[in-house]
Amino acid sequence: MANMIPISTVTVGSGGSSIIQFTSIPQIYTDLVIKLSGRTDRVSTYDFVKLKFNGSATSYSERSLNGNGTAAASETNNATTYGFNYIVDAASATSNTFGNFEIYIPNYTSGNNKSYSTDAVNENNATTAFTAFTAGLWSNTSPINTISMESANSANFVQYSTATLYGIRKY
Amino acid sequence: MTDTKIVVDCTTGETSVVTLTSEEIAQREADAIAFAAAEAERAAAEEALAALKASARAKLVAGTPLTEEEAATLVI
Repeated sequence: MANMIPISTVTVGSGGSSIIQFTSIPQIYTDLVIKLSGRTDRVSTYDFVKLKFNGSATSYSERSLNGNGTAAASETNNATTYGFNYIVDAASATSNTFGNFEIYIPNYTSGNNKSYSTDAVNENNATTAFTAFTAGLWSNTSPINTISMESANSANFVQYSTATLYGIRKY
Repeated sequence: MTDTKIVVDCTTGETSVVTLTSEEIAQREADAIAFAAAEAERAAAEEALAALKASARAKLVAGTPLTEEEAATLVI
């Protein structure tokens, strides 16, 4: 049976933070999972978080299914400089709520290109709130040892935003 | 607010707060501008498609001919 083991947790302090970065990720698990509960100071009800592996700014491609409370849509993003579509709350969303997402990264130590999937939702007590499911590919054969997350709109994570990195073991 | 990043060393467990370099700040700003432009493009494409679909539906109900673009929104 697989085990999900917490590796590190970070909670943003009172000053906020632009980037959350996990470095020196141990290469002893089969897969990685990140769970993030987040809110940024962007002037909007939502924000997108962008994802980078090993600091790389090339070769991400993604397909997403999105919903906004009234309509569904799909998107394709090829050859982007980062992965994105991981939705969190922003400054105009219902007070004291946080959006959340999970990223699953199988075989992160392998010498093959890296696939990943995400499941994200923004919390907002209104007709419009967003959700997205994304399948992504980082066309790079390097093992993943660093993961960074930041607002795609250059906003900052606010206090109490929390990210936890888990390792998946098959025993 | 000073732009910072929280860096967690997953091997040692050490967490540090680091001020972003001017290059990192410039990259974030450039990324945000590019992202906003791409978002606007995506939103415009979505709106255009919705308008085409609405027009196609209205013409079908009225029994008037559809344009090639309108028909393409209904037939796979």
